Amino acid sequence: MTNVQSLRCKECGRDYPLEPIYVCDFCFGPLEVSYDYGAIAKNISRESIQDGPLTIWRYDELLPASRDNAVNIGAGMTPLLKADNLGKELGLNNLWIKNDAANPTHSFKDRVVSVAATKAVEFDFDTIACASTGNLAGATAAHGAKAGMNTMVFIPSDLERGKILGAAIFGSVVLVNGNYDDVNRLCSELGDDRRWAFVNINMRPYYSEGSKSIGYELAEQLGWHAPKHVVVPVASGSLFTKVYKGLQEFAQLGLIDSPETKMHIAQPFGCSPVAKAFIEGKAHPKPVVPDTIAKSLAIGSPADGMYSVGIANKTGGSGTIVPESEIAEGMKLLAETEGIFTETAGGVVISTLRRLAREGVIAPDEETVVLITGTGLKTLEAIADSVETVTIDPTIRSFDEVVTGAPVS
Amino acid sequence: MPFRRVKFTFKTERIQSPVIYELGHKFDVVTNIRRADIDSENGWVVLEIEGAVDEIERGLEWVREQGSDVNSLDGDILAG
Repeated sequence: MTNVQSLRCKECGRDYPLEPIYVCDFCFGPLEVSYDYGAIAKNISRESIQDGPLTIWRYDELLPASRDNAVNIGAGMTPLLKADNLGKELGLNNLWIKNDAANPTHSFKDRVVSVAATKAVEFDFDTIACASTGNLAGATAAHGAKAGMNTMVFIPSDLERGKILGAAIFGSVVLVNGNYDDVNRLCSELGDDRRWAFVNINMRPYYSEGSKSIGYELAEQLGWHAPKHVVVPVASGSLFTKVYKGLQEFAQLGLIDSPETKMHIAQPFGCSPVAKAFIEGKAHPKPVVPDTIAKSLAIGSPADGMYSVGIANKTGGSGTIVPESEIAEGMKLLAETEGIFTETAGGVVISTLRRLAREGVIAPDEETVVLITGTGLKTLEAIADSVETVTIDPTIRSFDEVVTGAPVS
Repeated sequence: MPFRRVKFTFKTERIQSPVIYELGHKFDVVTNIRRADIDSENGWVVLEIEGAVDEIERGLEWVREQGSDVNSLDGDILAG
């Protein structure tokens, strides 16, 4: 914690004390945690990191909360898997998959919520809250339970039953009769009125820092260097900007060489304001009304969209809009080649990768990492029409007829 | 006095319209621009609007009816 200096406005650079605030009073720009990298450099090394716990908290020198207080259910240090089968399919010889579905509640949101919940405890909040249609709900509910806090998880009442139950098991779900906009508005008002730790409102500067740990892990797991390409599913753009920030910080501290990583934006056709802005050469994504099966990417007004476009441009990356029909294809391709069942956002990423490989944006031997941010088990409806099964009678004859196609004697 | 911090995003055909001026005249609200970026094709403005809650809401609805997007400064809160 002594490494953390202030909250700093990303627009005008004004500094603010480390409090549960998220917007600059002067220019209304977003606040971001700033660190004393000189102090960190004295205490951090590859060895000190490797001696740490097998969670995001091994990087606590670069997180805005103390490892000693960590609300920790084991987020982070998820597998980085060499994807030779998928690579062969796509003509890529150096392909890796960062499988964040292996987190405790099966998505990367455990990283950010672990930091937000820890910070909420440090700020002495008694209630932690979020609004979510999926992964964030489960992560917040689980960490709230672990922290022993009052927990408020707001979910549209018409959400699929499985997703509601996946968060409600932790005992803290509030169903809201209303649409997407209604829930957004209610939570914005609640965030203004109550002294709650709203993970992606007043905790946002701290919460978002948790995503940097993916950048750190990529570098560490690749043998202390940054990859040539990273393909990231983009919703608000926070994950995209923080993975990049993580790699930059490691380089700044001398833990890796300066990255030449190209950052690639992956978005679905039904919600692609950030990729569209990149493709059209515009700095500012225009808000859209989401209409995509990739629900975890359905952010029509992305808070970090502009910063994501800037990073993609600065690094020589790209923006890809994946047709909705290719999302399930991507999910199937990953499952059938690598044995990983990803959520729809992962389908967007794999289909983006396929396009980038086909178009030569990624050369065959260039080291490439794709981020799989969550499990497909939460979004089974997305592949209901894409997966085929066979049915047999309980006889060898039927098995031979239907499954092996062997002639029946 | 209640206030809202919002972002307006203007369509190209509305770039030349004095939307914020008219908002302050048609409704009993005070507008206070903090950041903006406008060129011949695109435009957005981050501002604070102060007034009675109902008046703010009526004003924002009017801005939407003029063909501009009105979003919370925080972006979408409801996440996947």
